[in-house]
Amino acid sequence: MASMLHQIRHQSVTIPAPLPLDSGQRLPAVTIAYESYGTLAADRSNAVLICHALTGDQYVASDHPATGKPGWWARMVGPGKPIDTDRYFILCANVLGSCMGSSGPASPDAASGAPLGMHFPVITIGDMVRAQAMLLDHLGIDRLHAVVGGSMGGMQALAWTAHYPERLGSAIVIASAARHSAQNIAFHEVGRQAIMADPDWQDGQYYGSTRAPAKGLAVARMAAHITYLSEAGLTEKFGRRLQARDIKSFGFDADFQIESYLRHQGLAFTDRFDANAYLYITRAMDYFDLADAHDGRLAGAFVGAKDVRFTLVSFDTDWLYPTAESRRIVQALQSVGAAASFVELSAPFGHDSFLLDVPALDRLVAGALSAGR
Amino acid sequence: MALRPDLAIIAGAVPAGSRALDVGCGDGELMAALKGKGVDARGLEIDPANVTAAIARGQSVVQGDCNRDLADYPDDAFDYAILSQTLQTTERPDRVVDELLRIAPRAFVSFPNFAHWRIRLALLWGGRMPVTRLIPVAWYATPNIHHVTVSDFRDLLREKGIAVESAWYLSGDKPTSDAAASWRAEHAIFLISRR
Repeated sequence: MASMLHQIRHQSVTIPAPLPLDSGQRLPAVTIAYESYGTLAADRSNAVLICHALTGDQYVASDHPATGKPGWWARMVGPGKPIDTDRYFILCANVLGSCMGSSGPASPDAASGAPLGMHFPVITIGDMVRAQAMLLDHLGIDRLHAVVGGSMGGMQALAWTAHYPERLGSAIVIASAARHSAQNIAFHEVGRQAIMADPDWQDGQYYGSTRAPAKGLAVARMAAHITYLSEAGLTEKFGRRLQARDIKSFGFDADFQIESYLRHQGLAFTDRFDANAYLYITRAMDYFDLADAHDGRLAGAFVGAKDVRFTLVSFDTDWLYPTAESRRIVQALQSVGAAASFVELSAPFGHDSFLLDVPALDRLVAGALSAGR
Repeated sequence: MALRPDLAIIAGAVPAGSRALDVGCGDGELMAALKGKGVDARGLEIDPANVTAAIARGQSVVQGDCNRDLADYPDDAFDYAILSQTLQTTERPDRVVDELLRIAPRAFVSFPNFAHWRIRLALLWGGRMPVTRLIPVAWYATPNIHHVTVSDFRDLLREKGIAVESAWYLSGDKPTSDAAASWRAEHAIFLISRR
């Protein structure tokens, strides 16, 4: 339940300075929840910022407080792992607009104390990154050794290179894109409509009530989850196999394993995510287009980033953010002379490959991180 | 590990402090040598396993195909472009040479010389496409789709008005003379530049 979700206490900082937003609105103060791993070097040169994806959170390598499951990138981050906590000080902040302790639609209105709901301003990937920069300022970290992210985390990493190139050594962008395509926006709109069509959504003011739009959020997650997997992966994992039965029911139960799996994924998601946060973050992704501010020329976004080392990785089975989107970024980087690395890795898991067991990705991330030292 | 002789020559000839693009950089062996002497070296490589290995070594390498993806680099992006043992595998070697000299004023190009005496003899007496140390794969499976000789390459440069700044000819790992290169050189390395 979303109401339980908001009972969790997170490590956070509230910065009393106003945050001007891309929409023209401003947040009078920003709360940023974050986790850190490793030790900041005396010269503060070893900070690595990890940016999380749409439904990720700051618990990158520690157990999730709501589900108790291991951190979402525990296989990548830890002592002796590719993002080595023995070498680097790793920081991961819950993005602006999310539901794990940072300012978002469940935050209280400054005047009334009631949850903002849809009165929370629409935010962008750029706003998320500006909030992260405020956190770094607060922690006294001028410069990041690297910023690393997959999917929406990669969008934030790219936004970092566009907005704060002088504060970065390198950027590692995995399974991501410099803009949301029509298809990306379309899938997000399906998810948002599922939430808003749920009568329990109550125009977003469900926080104080006994009802929350869990059904709508679950359907949104089901639709999105399909986009994270590959067709071949689904066929291999589920095929047309039936779930706990030998014959079709000729009804609308979850006859097929894939149906049962998606229903489970949808339902489990509602225990750890807030429907309004899902609306806001998907919107931020849809608005993302780094070339927008440069008359449609992506290279314009990277003019200041010549000294940032870029590493981009795509996966051959990822149809959500396909290789062509990474190539487009590489072309823009080459046209401004930035040091760019790019590889398309082969992995069967679709978009989710960046979270899963792909040994080549581990080697790449470790190599790209140590190259800048 | 010792560099391949042609790579050692190139590594020695690229001045420190310059910017170089290694086209077909493999797993980054030459780039590592170049970086060691202070060259800002970047790579283009078609094989993802090689690209992964090079990035894991901390190098800047883009996965791509030199038949198409050189077009993404702006004019004069580098001081040197390097194409070692790859020219004969490209779809249109003449166009690749043009691209090399568009993105850099100077380029190193090395290739196995198809007019080496052993190949000539194999063709003359055997009547078959030769399989040698430098051309180790049978005709039907070889990636070398445009075999080229030292004389052919000199002709191409002349036609295009491209200058030869230096040339090195190797028989095994020993140098051989300019005059005898056509039949004695197993492979050739040219440093070429726009006129």
